[in-house]
Amino acid sequence: MFTNFPFFPQQASEQAAQIDALYFFLIAVTGFFAVLIAVLVSVFAVKFHRRHGDEVGVAIHGSLALELLWTIIPLGICMVMFVWGAQVFFHMTRPPKGAMEIYVVGKQWMWKAQHRDGAREINELHVPIGRPVKLVMGSEDVIHSFFIPDFRVKADVIPGRYNTLWFTASKPGKYHIFCTQYCGTKHSAMIGTVTAMDPSDYQVWLSGGAGGGTMAENGAKLFADLSCNTCHLENGQGRGPVLKGLYGKQVLTTGGQIVTMDDAYIRESVLQPQAKVVSGFQPIMPTFQGLVTEEQLLQLIAYIKSLSEPTSSAGTGTPAPDATVKK
Amino acid sequence: METTAAPLNYLNNGHGLASWLLTRDHKRIALLYLWSITVFFFLGGFFALMIRLELLTPAADMVQPETYNKLFTMHGVVMVFFFLIPSIPAVLGNFLLPIMIGAKDLAFPRINLLSWYIYILGGMFTLVAAITGGVDTGWTFYAPYSTSASNSHVITAGVGIFITGFSSILTGLNFIVTTHRMRAPGMTWFRLPLFVWAHYATSLIMILGTPVIAITVLLVAVERGLHLGIFDPALGGDPVLFQHLFWFYSHPAVYIMILPAMGVVAELVQAFSRKNIFGYTFVAFSSLAIAIIGFLVWGHHLFVAGQSTYAGLVFSIISFFVAIPSAVKVFNWTATIYKGSVSWDSPMLYAFGFIGLFSIGGLTGLFLATLGMDIHMHDTYFIIAHFHYVMVGGAIFGYLGGMHYWWPKITGRMYPEGWARFAALNIFVGFNLTFFPQFIVGYLGMPRRYAMYAPEFQIYNVLSTAGATILGIGYLIPMDYFTWSLKYAPLAGDNPWGARGLEWEIPSPPPTENFTATPIVTEGTHQYAPSREVGIV
Repeated sequence: MFTNFPFFPQQASEQAAQIDALYFFLIAVTGFFAVLIAVLVSVFAVKFHRRHGDEVGVAIHGSLALELLWTIIPLGICMVMFVWGAQVFFHMTRPPKGAMEIYVVGKQWMWKAQHRDGAREINELHVPIGRPVKLVMGSEDVIHSFFIPDFRVKADVIPGRYNTLWFTASKPGKYHIFCTQYCGTKHSAMIGTVTAMDPSDYQVWLSGGAGGGTMAENGAKLFADLSCNTCHLENGQGRGPVLKGLYGKQVLTTGGQIVTMDDAYIRESVLQPQAKVVSGFQPIMPTFQGLVTEEQLLQLIAYIKSLSEPTSSAGTGTPAPDATVKK
Repeated sequence: METTAAPLNYLNNGHGLASWLLTRDHKRIALLYLWSITVFFFLGGFFALMIRLELLTPAADMVQPETYNKLFTMHGVVMVFFFLIPSIPAVLGNFLLPIMIGAKDLAFPRINLLSWYIYILGGMFTLVAAITGGVDTGWTFYAPYSTSASNSHVITAGVGIFITGFSSILTGLNFIVTTHRMRAPGMTWFRLPLFVWAHYATSLIMILGTPVIAITVLLVAVERGLHLGIFDPALGGDPVLFQHLFWFYSHPAVYIMILPAMGVVAELVQAFSRKNIFGYTFVAFSSLAIAIIGFLVWGHHLFVAGQSTYAGLVFSIISFFVAIPSAVKVFNWTATIYKGSVSWDSPMLYAFGFIGLFSIGGLTGLFLATLGMDIHMHDTYFIIAHFHYVMVGGAIFGYLGGMHYWWPKITGRMYPEGWARFAALNIFVGFNLTFFPQFIVGYLGMPRRYAMYAPEFQIYNVLSTAGATILGIGYLIPMDYFTWSLKYAPLAGDNPWGARGLEWEIPSPPPTENFTATPIVTEGTHQYAPSREVGIV
């Protein structure tokens, strides 16, 4: 019945080994102290066991030296844990530049993923090994959390904002995706599988799975369907700012604030256009709240992003690494 | 008038329901709390048993996920708000705090009775929520699920928690004023029993923290009922704001649960080693340090919620700081046993258990304070195991140890020691078998609040369920012999343990006014041997 008796999850990402090293260090240190206390208490309890009914203990009031010793040593050890943990945390929360982006939307109770080339999947995620992958994640309803135990990565997926998570898968195989933030009745069914593949297999999978255009192409179509293009003209004569070349740049708002044109700002501008209006423009853009889904929003973002990329405006969106695959 | 054969005490001084329901005697109010929290404990335990039975197999076969979600929610709500938070303060604290400082009662006896009624009223709302269909948000009530998505009785349960909070606040106020104003002559701050210090620190958290949870559940009710956008982004709110508000109370609330248990253990270790505490001032001030620093660590619940990296750093380092006073306590208790006259009576067995299990609970907390580590462990069974080691291995072991230690004082009767030791062992084994496997399955990645789980996690869940069965039986044994002892057990006498402290200088059970004459205190508690400084190191 129980042939499978694992103690540790698999190490299937490049981060996993770092986390496990930290884990073993923590087990060693805390294990030492737990055993130390257990041994001391047991030895004292036996050695000083009451021998007759009237016996009393020796009056010892304390020792400043000991108090300092058992304050400073644990504090020092804790600081080692803190620094090591912070280093790992910084590494894990800062995706490298050029990481392949995949967009994930959580909703009760499924995970939807869109690759920039247009491939879409539900409760599945296909990724190549050996290449940093960054997930940009939003939620359509309540808070979810995206967790791949074998990669040791997790991030909450929160409505109204984008959280990111990144990993470099290192071993081909299939691994669990769990939702770890309680999200309602079928929370425990909000699970999926991430398939880590050799880059060549991944390329084959992509070409088979894509249909109906890349994310940027779909975004461009939406951009026209929603008549965004009637104001955001490319020639600078429109009632809205020119979007070409703007992604990643800083803009000045009418409120005197400087904001970076990123995923979060685009999202906010579509849903709450009056929040941060670019200086020199009137607050006349209507809200698209309720008119676009979270997935469509991500497509619009992909399109606007593609306007600022050196490749063609509606390119594949995954430029450099393909070269390595095709060799 | 008082010349009857049986000496008049708080138990036989007045009969009938009204003499209990309208009492202003802190000892009788403590007993009112005792039976009410016991009812809630077994209710919460029943929910736990259902959870464990469901998790015996990976599929949701015994109950549907919908029911399972309500079970773990009600388990958390009942155990946290209606058992753990009131347990030691409202029962043992209520009974002992005035006696330990040489007072006749708490400063505000009527408010003390009012606290109990408020607690019962809050409990009723929560019971109504449970009976009419339950709540499925988890005891954490995270928005926007609780405000916009859940179809269960969120507001009713929230009102219950809101109301019960006032009971906590009033008890805290009562303890603080009593400790400041009602100490007997000679009972200086540094002669106070450590139990009193722990309750003083707990009371500070109760009065400073509880209003915040009250406001938070009120905001949930407002958003849910009136659709005012506070937490739900669809209404213009911020869901992470809820988490900040919730944990601003609920993390310190963990210390409301554990500090009184630490106070109990300090008493047990001294009484059953017949030795005064090692490093009194360090143990006393570590309670205050935990209470104060505990207010600054709430953000460690948000490491994966996308709060700023720098906020994460600050909350991580402060979380390590709060571990230090707990470590200081553990080392001082251990040092107290050294060269003591150590008895292995059942209360001390609970104290031994507490020291070991609380250490594991505290040390595994370090894993979670470590930023990079928490990413993997967050919301898995590792967390569940960690906080049950603190809440059950800590708070409940402290509570049971205290109940066994002071039972002769409270009732005037002993209990069967052999059964008590057997139950203590039973609870220790059952507890570890239940929760230790959860550390492993947590690191493997099993998320909390899952009705269904991956098959490779089953072995650990089977072990857990087996342990929970032993643990459940362990809890029933003391229920049985305590009840039996009320009528049939031998009389205890004033001081069956040979312990030192004002509570052991008065009759068992104590008279209504506690002391016939105001005691004059000339030394600290638990002075057994003639005082002399012994230098080590």
